[in-house]
Amino acid sequence: MSIFEYNGSAVVAMVGKNCFAIASDRRLGVQLQTVATDFQRVFKIHDKLYIGLSGLATDAQTLYQRLVFRHKLYQLREERDMKPETFASLVSALLYEKRFGPYFCQPVIAGLGEDNEPFICTMDCIGAKELAKDFVVSGTASESLYGACESMFKPNMEPEELVETISQALLSSVDRDCLSGWGGYVLLLTPTEVQERVLKARMD
Amino acid sequence: MECVIGVVGRDFAVVAADTSAVQSILVHKTDEDKVMVLDSHKLMGASGEPGDRVQFTEYIQKNLHLYQFRNTIPLSTAATANFTRGELATALRRNPYMVNVILAGYDKDVGASMYYIDYIATLHKIDKGAFGYGSYFCLSLMDKLYHPDMTVEEAVDLVDKCIKEIRLRLVVAPQNFVIKVVDKDGAKVYARREYISDSPPDAAPATASATATEA
Repeated sequence: MSIFEYNGSAVVAMVGKNCFAIASDRRLGVQLQTVATDFQRVFKIHDKLYIGLSGLATDAQTLYQRLVFRHKLYQLREERDMKPETFASLVSALLYEKRFGPYFCQPVIAGLGEDNEPFICTMDCIGAKELAKDFVVSGTASESLYGACESMFKPNMEPEELVETISQALLSSVDRDCLSGWGGYVLLLTPTEVQERVLKARMD
Repeated sequence: MECVIGVVGRDFAVVAADTSAVQSILVHKTDEDKVMVLDSHKLMGASGEPGDRVQFTEYIQKNLHLYQFRNTIPLSTAATANFTRGELATALRRNPYMVNVILAGYDKDVGASMYYIDYIATLHKIDKGAFGYGSYFCLSLMDKLYHPDMTVEEAVDLVDKCIKEIRLRLVVAPQNFVIKVVDKDGAKVYARREYISDSPPDAAPATASATATEA
């Protein structure tokens, strides 16, 4: 079994009209044993930038701590927040630093850039960026997430519809994956507000 | 095989562990304390490679003491959990400690709390948890019987049910357990659940001691 599937995870991000949503499951497992159902994989970098880290939970935590540290240094030096594109390059560089002993995480980055232009991107564990205009997925449920998102996604959705779409895509995907699920977490970001939601899901 | 169990109640936390020192098929002793009292209000239940377990828990304990001497105030439970995770995480990619930890503590401002930290340094705050083969029985039992406002007696009763189930269903079940509690008054041994003692047979006949100490 792959180390990426050790804890189980599902992370997805979608773009709407001047907004984006990022969602993840809530399970923390050790292979087939469920340890907790309130695990957090989506983290805030600044007001308009979030990162979801699928894969090995310990590396998700380590990576998050290092990213927060690097972003704080950037804020001190530049006296501004990082652009999502810049941050994606930072994550990529941090991951490639460990090319031959990688962090076993597949990040999903979502943010609003200048003029509130949504930006989403994913990466493999050694930092190869994959940019997308519509949606990105990662984790043990990524195959089913691709299918669900492919059929549910529409371009230029309004925030309300986007939340509904990403929630339904997440919930239907994790039901086909043994290692993820047990609740969901959805975060919607528009230029003026942030909405966080905890989804109730099948608990099996 | 090794079992470490933890439960958080209303204003206390219980950490229990078996007390067997086993190497392959041999039981070396049955009074090995695997729940370390880190400072006055913290308990660390640890399982894993015996050498690593002793070395690592002592290392954490000593660093906690050092912090307290330097700063006059103790590290909070959350801070201790993060320190422990940090040490495990840096060790992970050099020379890993094979130690799983359940860290419980009581702080004046936040009350009782408990953290799950495994050997690959996954940190998570939990209300109930278990490590080792015992976890296969304990987690389901605790899911069914746990509620957040338990009293000490109820929580220890739940731990007893877990121990009973381990002894009943686990082939390689350990004989003796220790139950420790941490609350506003500090961390202490609450009870022991012992089937056998380490005394030689003539001093304490196995059958007699089993009936006398059975809970």
